[in-house]
Amino acid sequence: MQLVIYLGLVHHAEQTLAESFRVVGHGHADQPDVQLICEQLAALSDDHVRRLTPVVDRYGEQHSGADVEEPERLHADGLAEVRQGPVGLLRDLQDLHVLGTLVQTTWTVVHQAAQGLRDAELIGAARHCSAETSRQLAWLNTRMKAAAPQALIVAGRD
Amino acid sequence: MDRISDIWGTRNPHSRGTTWPARVDLHLDEGLTEAQVDRWVPSACVLCSNGCGCEIAVKDGRMVGVRGRADDPVNGGRLGPKGLYGSTPWSRSPDRLTRPLIREGGELVECDWDTAMGRIAEVSRRLLRERGPLSHGFYTSGQLFLEEYYTLAVIGKAGIGTPHMDGNTRLCTATAAASLKESFGADGQPGCYDDVEHCDAIFLYGHNMPETQTVLWARVLDRLRGADPPVLVCVDPRRTAVAAEATVHLAPKVGTNLALMNGLVRELFVNGWVDEDWVGEHTVGVETLREIVSPYTPDEVARICEVEPEDVTKAARIFGTSQRVLSTVLQGFYQSHQATASAVAVNNLHLLRGMLGRPGAGILQMNGQPTAQNNRECGADGDLPGFRNWDNEQHIAELARLWNVDPLVIPHWAEPTHALQIFKYAEEGSIGLLWISATNPAVSLPESARIRRILGGDCFVVVQDLFRTETAELADVVLPAAGWGEKTGTFTNADRTVHLSEQAVSPPGEARSDFEIFLGYADAMDFRDADGRPLIGWRTPEHAFEAWREASRGRPCDYSELSYDRLRSSGGLRWGADRLYTDASFPSATDFCETYGHDLLTGATVTEQEHRAQGADGRAFLKGAPYHPAPETPSEEFPLLFTTGRTVHQFHTRTKTGRSRPLNRAAPEAWAELSEADAAKLGIKDGDRVRVESPRSAVEVPARITRVPTGTVFVPFHYGQANELTATVWDPVSKQPAFKTAVCRVTPCNS
Ligand code: SF4
Repeated sequence: MQLVIYLGLVHHAEQTLAESFRVVGHGHADQPDVQLICEQLAALSDDHVRRLTPVVDRYGEQHSGADVEEPERLHADGLAEVRQGPVGLLRDLQDLHVLGTLVQTTWTVVHQAAQGLRDAELIGAARHCSAETSRQLAWLNTRMKAAAPQALIVAGRD
Repeated sequence: MDRISDIWGTRNPHSRGTTWPARVDLHLDEGLTEAQVDRWVPSACVLCSNGCGCEIAVKDGRMVGVRGRADDPVNGGRLGPKGLYGSTPWSRSPDRLTRPLIREGGELVECDWDTAMGRIAEVSRRLLRERGPLSHGFYTSGQLFLEEYYTLAVIGKAGIGTPHMDGNTRLCTATAAASLKESFGADGQPGCYDDVEHCDAIFLYGHNMPETQTVLWARVLDRLRGADPPVLVCVDPRRTAVAAEATVHLAPKVGTNLALMNGLVRELFVNGWVDEDWVGEHTVGVETLREIVSPYTPDEVARICEVEPEDVTKAARIFGTSQRVLSTVLQGFYQSHQATASAVAVNNLHLLRGMLGRPGAGILQMNGQPTAQNNRECGADGDLPGFRNWDNEQHIAELARLWNVDPLVIPHWAEPTHALQIFKYAEEGSIGLLWISATNPAVSLPESARIRRILGGDCFVVVQDLFRTETAELADVVLPAAGWGEKTGTFTNADRTVHLSEQAVSPPGEARSDFEIFLGYADAMDFRDADGRPLIGWRTPEHAFEAWREASRGRPCDYSELSYDRLRSSGGLRWGADRLYTDASFPSATDFCETYGHDLLTGATVTEQEHRAQGADGRAFLKGAPYHPAPETPSEEFPLLFTTGRTVHQFHTRTKTGRSRPLNRAAPEAWAELSEADAAKLGIKDGDRVRVESPRSAVEVPARITRVPTGTVFVPFHYGQANELTATVWDPVSKQPAFKTAVCRVTPCNS
């Protein structure tokens, strides 16, 4: 069953997203709201990983490897370090948004499969996690929209 | 009469549903009698948000005292210590600013108005030319008049076109506004003070009313001493005077309010105290809320908040079984962790019981400052005039029509920038002109050393104030302002009562009203509308008020029925009748509401589509969020919680109260309160000087051993010291700084 590939993918992507939120939060600690909210949003992804555990116990998971080409190509690297300055912050938030979108569409795919399998536990997990990913994306969107004009029009170049 | 020690005055006990008896308080300068006063000028007190009606005594062209107005609905003639002793002495203080100052060669030197305004206009024009409107920031107050806020709002939003406008209302009432918007769709105080006369239970959440609003507390005491007193519940980590009167005192550990509130809300659900029919008809979101609060059993609340589980159930039972509950909320919630979610939870309790809009069943999301409400209404802070929604193109088009400007001029791509973000932009250099009116951020913002660095840096800083405050000392131009009694205007207190305050005396020297200063700037900049006419089409406060009436017409805060004439003849009048939502219909429709709302956890904005999909359309929102620990929690290095608050004899940063001899004598300097257990452990005795240190800075103050919870240190907010230690963190929704949740360590000074 190919679902295992997607379980592996969502597992990995959630971990990456959590780590990346922490990197961005920590790296932009001079923006207290970014630091605080990124930490909370990372915790949401941690929780999603926990929720996956019983499902993975039942189905197993397959991380991308030689025979799993598509996910490997889609596989997003996390953010290892942050950029500097207002434009840097904007771009880091944007990167998080890209990662979050990958997480969300992966959950959509898992959710669809879960319905086909009539797997109530997985349906519940997918629904919950997908909704929370929307919150992560909504915050990123809100923060980028507020920061963009200042960063792009008046801020310095450092 | 000595209101310094006898703070609340004599009791006038009365029973439920009867009128609060009047009692006129009076204070005149030494040696003067009422008969010697030349004139009494009607006004209301501006030393807290209560807005007590008063008359200013004028003798020989000077303000020499105040007297309560017996017929005023707010206070029935009473005045508290700040109002009595702090209202007028500042006005003739020898250190009043009487001429503009301008920085030359590093020093502030006196100059004339043309020079000062010329310098401001020159910098302003240059920045607009080189970097555009986003180079300008305006940081105003909770103490100006309605006409001044509205004028400033039009200048900032349609003249300059900058989103960077906020007030120190951010520090005192942002969460009140945010919670009302989240729950009901728009700002606007649901209840009124008369609810004190009708309630059978009062809940005070983080509201040290006896010290912050002494006259309102006198009103509560008069019920408590009457024949059928209301049951009182106090939520406050400190053993305040409220706690001493309370049937139940819940003292949640600093930073855990939301866990407690979720527990109270849960109790309503599990005990069947929810009015299911009313909730079904008039609210949305009940199922999600039920789910969110379900883990907060009394035992879980007890574990997180360090309170007794029985007290949680007892308090919830009082709320769940009383017929008319009045709730009041203030800084203990607003300046603490998860502020908006906690304040919204108070609204939830009322909504779940269908308990608002009738006498005694009211919510008072309080304000800190006297005219904060007007700043929220007029939009010189992070709001748009008339409780309009920045995210609603139609609302922006209305403003554009009203002001006859291109809608694109009015910034509305995001919420207006909040205070701490404005200072951040100034720190980063992208705001080049920061105009500060009637507030003292060098003392009142968190992490004040950093704020002073920003103000003293490259940013061009304009300060208009009564005195050379700590902030004025760092300015590039200082403008001398007229204060209360020296100018005419209206203002609205925390229960929507509007007072007209007419000029009683002339300001000293060349000082001008904030209204005239803003007009002067508009003239110097020559702001025009789309047809080339002056953008600001009014020259007097009364005309500004009339313009505001038009701006507010049809909006939730509709002033169109009010006028200077009516206010002159009838004294204080409430907008929106005595109580809002008497018909359980809320301003939540998508096309009408002030906000589409936020995720209470993150502050992410809800989109128009999402809002429409919720289909509130006149129904209120039940919203919740889970509790999370505060960002700073005690560690080995900083083992104690650090919290701040107010004291009865001072107001804000003491600009006025510190210049009143009796008030200042009563509370001349800061102190740190410690519990007996902590003091013993640290070898500290009452009165010893101690060093209080947070991760940011350290201060030295005398210690007081009081009944603060063990593990918690309290320092009053008014003196510079407290904010040396606080952290730059804010609530994700209201953006109100969390002045109450930091950590510290304490050591005796001699060690
Ligand atoms: S309660 Fe407030 S408004 Fe009333 S007199 Fe005291 S300080 Fe003034």
